[in-house]
Amino acid sequence: MNMTKIVRTTADLFYPFCLVFGLYVVLHGHLTPGGGFQGGAVMATGAALLLVSRRYEDITRSLRQNTMKLCEAVGLLMFITAGLAGLFAGGAFLYNGLAGAGGLFGEPVAFGANPGGLNTAGLIPLLNIAVGIEVLGGLTVILLYMLSGVKETEP
Amino acid sequence: MRTALFTAILLILLAGFLQVAVGLPFGKPARTDMDDYFLAHAQDQAAANNVVTSVVFDFRGFDTLGEATVLFTAVLGVGMMFRKLKPGEEYEHD
Repeated sequence: MNMTKIVRTTADLFYPFCLVFGLYVVLHGHLTPGGGFQGGAVMATGAALLLVSRRYEDITRSLRQNTMKLCEAVGLLMFITAGLAGLFAGGAFLYNGLAGAGGLFGEPVAFGANPGGLNTAGLIPLLNIAVGIEVLGGLTVILLYMLSGVKETEP
Repeated sequence: MRTALFTAILLILLAGFLQVAVGLPFGKPARTDMDDYFLAHAQDQAAANNVVTSVVFDFRGFDTLGEATVLFTAVLGVGMMFRKLKPGEEYEHD
């Protein structure tokens, strides 16, 4: 479907904000409400905005089905790899060895209510990012599959 | 006649369920050991300020792996349903 100019302009204006807000929800999953699933769904909403406002052939030039399939598989593989890394490093699947260790995402957290820093929580931000990539890819692939069969009618 | 009978039976059943539901204690779980453990140890064991995320991604991370796999499988199912037809193949109608 090719919508009117008003809808197209609004979608072009709003989809970067959708992507940025989804990225914020994913990256701050260990500090604020939200996480990988929710942030990935918000990012997929940005892709959905573009998909409903433009013609399918125009949009798939930049938003390719294969890239989104790759995103989905890479997200799930990242999750499993992080779990296996915990298994070999700490002795348990998904063992959170990075938490409080001082390296990447390794700052210790004070007990009690505090705003916290982005560089905390060890494995949890990595898993959030992995799940966010997977949900973005998965939901966008579903939308692309469903809209690929829409018959185009010239006005 | 039958409609009135059905309505009467439905109302009686609804009253019975409601009486049971009202009698249940609400907001007073019998055991809170696990909640207290999560609240006391989420910040030093998982180093996460968001206790919900620390439960979902750390204490029960394996469950989240299952959820991610469910999404992956759902996308596979949709892909199979919306696949391209082979040349010469036709849709099956009943």
